[in-house]
Amino acid sequence: MPSFDILLAGIVNGLAAGAVYVLVAVGLTLIYGVLHIVNFAHGSLLMLAMYATYFLFAKAGVDPYAALPVVAGGAFALGYVLYRGVVGRFAHGKDENILLITLGLSIVIDNLALFLFTGDTQTIDVAHAQRMVEFGPLFLPRAKVIAFAAALAICAALGLWMARSDTGKAIRAVAKERQGARLVGIDVDHVFAVSYGIGIACLGAAACLLMPSFYVSPSSGHAFVLIAFTTVVLGGMGSFPGALAGGFAIGVIESLGGLLLGEQLGQIGISLAFILVLLLRPTGLFGARR
Amino acid sequence: MLTTKGPIASRRRVLAGGAALAGALGAPAISGAQARPVRIGLLHPVTGFVAYSGAQGRLGGQMAIDEINAAGGIRSMGGARLEAVLGDTQAKVEVGVAEVEKMNEAGVAAIVGCFQSAVVLATTQAAAKYGIPYAVDVGASDLITTRGLKNVFRLKPGFGKCVDEAIKALDGINGGAGKVAKSAVIVHESSEFGTGTAKLLADRLPGINIEVREVIKHDNPTRNFDNVALRIRSLRPDVLMMSNYQNEYVLLARTLHQQRVDLAGMFSVLGGGFNYKFAKDLPDVAEHMMDYNHWFAPTNPKAQAMKKKVEATGTLFTFEVYLAYNAVKLIADALERAGSADKEKLTAALASSTWADHFMPYGPTRFVDGQNQGGEAAALQVLKGDIEVVYPAQFASAKAVFPKPKFG
Repeated sequence: MPSFDILLAGIVNGLAAGAVYVLVAVGLTLIYGVLHIVNFAHGSLLMLAMYATYFLFAKAGVDPYAALPVVAGGAFALGYVLYRGVVGRFAHGKDENILLITLGLSIVIDNLALFLFTGDTQTIDVAHAQRMVEFGPLFLPRAKVIAFAAALAICAALGLWMARSDTGKAIRAVAKERQGARLVGIDVDHVFAVSYGIGIACLGAAACLLMPSFYVSPSSGHAFVLIAFTTVVLGGMGSFPGALAGGFAIGVIESLGGLLLGEQLGQIGISLAFILVLLLRPTGLFGARR
Repeated sequence: MLTTKGPIASRRRVLAGGAALAGALGAPAISGAQARPVRIGLLHPVTGFVAYSGAQGRLGGQMAIDEINAAGGIRSMGGARLEAVLGDTQAKVEVGVAEVEKMNEAGVAAIVGCFQSAVVLATTQAAAKYGIPYAVDVGASDLITTRGLKNVFRLKPGFGKCVDEAIKALDGINGGAGKVAKSAVIVHESSEFGTGTAKLLADRLPGINIEVREVIKHDNPTRNFDNVALRIRSLRPDVLMMSNYQNEYVLLARTLHQQRVDLAGMFSVLGGGFNYKFAKDLPDVAEHMMDYNHWFAPTNPKAQAMKKKVEATGTLFTFEVYLAYNAVKLIADALERAGSADKEKLTAALASSTWADHFMPYGPTRFVDGQNQGGEAAALQVLKGDIEVVYPAQFASAKAVFPKPKFG
């Protein structure tokens, strides 16, 4: 059994890792909550955003944290255009078509990335992110602390915006009752595209927070997507607080599982939590009962 | 995906057209003037989690084929040109086996591949069904050449020999530093390559008075090594022994650097991420890291010329490139001596090979059960942003820095 200090450090590491899971899952759950589809292109779009962060740093010397508004903004625009130009246009109003379209998008993006960027692994060396921050007995890499704080801030800002702004209210209205929203004059297609764009913008933010301590290759986005799917189901499909709680919970479970059971077997903790939640509360921790 | 590369099809059509025209004009027939091309399967994981390594291997294989063709092809076969049949394993065993089936249908005379031990084990077995000679370029497991398959040949050493030599190198380097390293932790990836290497390391390290405190296994891909760093910090080993593929190698090294885990040395055996790019992209992380890996003979002019040629295209001269290059050249030498692309004759020619025209520090080839006996790797270290050979002494370009400086 590891000592208390090690367990404490494991929990803090889990929370730090969970912060990025939260951002990826928030995007996914927002898209699910409004469009009622699972976005299979999520991992590929995360990978694209990571490449954007990498190129901004490598070619223009832009610090990944300073690049966050640019990458998130670009990701929003890409998501909006993708929905308007591809997903919404070819779906013909059928959810199953959207699933296939996002799956197809994922394949196209992955292979384009392989063609354009090759399979090589790219990293960025951000000197200030390598420093350690001391919290009592704990030493944490600054990159992880920034990721944790920034993810919380972004989620809080997004939550506030959803609660208070007209567009946020429109998104919630469409998520709840799209026909009713249409009847009161809300442009539902625009709301769908905005929601898809925000979901992808969350990936843009996640990419900027990930790159100082991770790498990018054409397959690297998928490493986070299965976790994000699990997070969304654990927290409750379409639930914003669910994604938040689920992401942190998965991070901590993964971390403690690794500490107690070993890095490889520790992954079983995530599956066990997932099965338990499905058995005891099938709608997820924060999912609405139907 | 299986594709062929080369101008042969169009040339044959032109020849056929030319022969028909000549026949019509009453001129002597010219068909048969061009020898049949010899197809060589280049099988690598050019997509999937080790796509970079696969692409590098494919590049090396193609460079060798282009060079042989430019020099007049296989002379004993009337100047027969080599034609690459490209295959992508996608880093998956089942896909690799399917690619071998396709290559067999495409009529390849031999296969070169395919980077991951687990996939090499399955694809060599699939090739054995058809008696297709298979030159393993990268693929470290000792099982590859100990299963009695007559069609399998490996120029480079397997992980058994690499671990033995790496242990000697570590002992020598540690001895030179006053035996500061007394304990180790091993971190390895979970497939045949990492598991097999780690098992051998755990077995051999106590023999040089280094206690193994823990063996930590991880999956591919691994998102986060924070806990592994935590565990290593708590175990306080003197050295960290690593055996991983590229992405996890880099991520683990970077995490340990970020978390300021002090070690006398980080020593990998066949470290997938130890290359010029790692040294250039993450110089602070890479500095003083050591690896026991395949390396060209640094003073060989052919190696230097090829290094220049590869780097001129903006590509790194990694071990995948020159191992695949030399594997194709090995097959070309056997084709030259066999005078035929017949699989049995080619296998026999490979088995009796004494090829010395390579630029690896191996000497002439001598295969026993498909394993070249002269194969030797080298201990390398990143020093001042460059990769230096620090062992064996006859190839060393620098003295090892061990123990490495502590974090401030």
